[in-house]
Amino acid sequence: MTASDSEENKQIRFDLTTSPHLHSKWSTQKVMWLVVASLAPSIFTSLLFFGLYQLLIIAVAILFAAGTEYALQVMRNKQPTILDGSAMLTGLLLALTLPPNFSLSATAIGSVVAVGLGKQIFGGLGFNIFNPALVGRAFLQAAFPVQITTWSKPHLAVDTISSATPLAAFKFDHVSTEIGPLFFGNIGGSLGETSALAILAGGFFLIAIRIVNWQIPVSMILGMIIFGGVFHLINPAVNPSPLFHIFAGGFLFGAMFMATDWVTSPITSSGMWIFGLGISLILVVIRLYGGLPEGVMYSILFMNAFVPLINRLTQPAIFGIKQGGQNEKSY
Amino acid sequence: MKKQVTLSKEFLKGLWDINPIFKQVLGMCPTLAVTVSAINGIAMGLATTFVLVCASLLISTIRKLIPTQVRIASFIVIIATFVTIVDLVMKAKFPELSKALGPFIPLIVVNCLILGRQEAFASKSKPLRALLDALGNGAGFLLALFVLGGIREIIGSRTLLGFQVMPNGFEPWLIMILPAGAFLTLGLLLGFANLYTGRRDRFEKEALQAQYRSVGKEAVFQNDPSEKS
Repeated sequence: MTASDSEENKQIRFDLTTSPHLHSKWSTQKVMWLVVASLAPSIFTSLLFFGLYQLLIIAVAILFAAGTEYALQVMRNKQPTILDGSAMLTGLLLALTLPPNFSLSATAIGSVVAVGLGKQIFGGLGFNIFNPALVGRAFLQAAFPVQITTWSKPHLAVDTISSATPLAAFKFDHVSTEIGPLFFGNIGGSLGETSALAILAGGFFLIAIRIVNWQIPVSMILGMIIFGGVFHLINPAVNPSPLFHIFAGGFLFGAMFMATDWVTSPITSSGMWIFGLGISLILVVIRLYGGLPEGVMYSILFMNAFVPLINRLTQPAIFGIKQGGQNEKSY
Repeated sequence: MKKQVTLSKEFLKGLWDINPIFKQVLGMCPTLAVTVSAINGIAMGLATTFVLVCASLLISTIRKLIPTQVRIASFIVIIATFVTIVDLVMKAKFPELSKALGPFIPLIVVNCLILGRQEAFASKSKPLRALLDALGNGAGFLLALFVLGGIREIIGSRTLLGFQVMPNGFEPWLIMILPAGAFLTLGLLLGFANLYTGRRDRFEKEALQAQYRSVGKEAVFQNDPSEKS
């Protein structure tokens, strides 16, 4: 502040700025760090159940995600924005979807693909069609199908389910898992997905501070109860109950942290309902009739592709124009 | 205008300036499907080149005899003849390669690259130029397929032309020999090709502007040089 500045302040000033004039109270940086904070319980449970080596996976994923972001932004002559935390969050989310004791080199490849092919190639944050972390995981799933389905046994395991995930056990051996272990997370599975309790804690935190809209998680869970329930009622012996569907695998993790990604989810309320219900429907079909035991990743990626269409279809009528009237915008 | 193009240029343009894969983006079907290994890419490239050269030469020779109304059908009949030759020769001499390439050898008939060259060039040019154009395009196609197949083979199965080039510690990326790997590799290669072309055109433009400035005139472009046809 110079002396002339303070003198000017005494007069009435009109600031001429370009739009937008209304700013959100959230900055990208703040949001990203709050999401990271909400993931803390899941990180903690992954370390608790699978050992400290998992911290290395998380570190490598974050490091390579941030490094790729920086390198590509420098290449494209853009101001590097790694400090906004979005790339690091992508790395963290990717790490939490990987199986325990996953190889570090493959983790690094996944991170590079997630940020490089999933995000920067479309133009960076806000322009990507698909959830970057899931793009990275889908790439790893296709590149290293054996490694990524090799599940280590949790340290505290006492039951005999060995190392298979509850979904794989159900699909291939028709062994059902109790809801209790599923809820607390003492089961085989990806790092962040096993403990429903930790995910729900983080998810409710995000919903409470309104970073995440409640519509997507609620519609996904409701959709799972409806679609999973219908199949369960048709044949209870073969099809598991909706409760099992909700707590097993990556469903809750996907519902709270993946599907709710701001960039790749619909912007209208009704659109979010369509999005969530669609994910659940596709997921139930994949889990019951597909070749893979789990399909949260594919169902979210699939619905991501429909987001522009959903946004268009659920566009609210312009104020003052009769809905369905002749003046309505024609597509 | 057309006569100004030198014969060597007629051949060389196919390697890069109008490369069938990187610039014309034609013949994507065999490109994506068969390039799981470098040898498959070479075989496909050679087969296509053979058909392209023979068909171009023949069609250019008899171009004045073909009625305009039925020219596409005539082209297809001529192309199909040579494809049948390639298919039978490969089945007899290289049965394994023929099996690896599967239905994509007969499908050369409908490869838009070949039909495209006939329609755009051979049916309007003299035989010598048509021959050089076909050779250039075939070589460009072969080159692109070899690069694509090579990259996919090195990363997807650790080898190049059957020889191991990556250390045993390298875990092959299965995705590279799956269709998704073809799309990813081709997309990235096309991206790099466009990046390179864009930079080159910009440098050429700047060099030209500098040249004009040194004479004391401002460069005025009636036709943007970046929009080369």
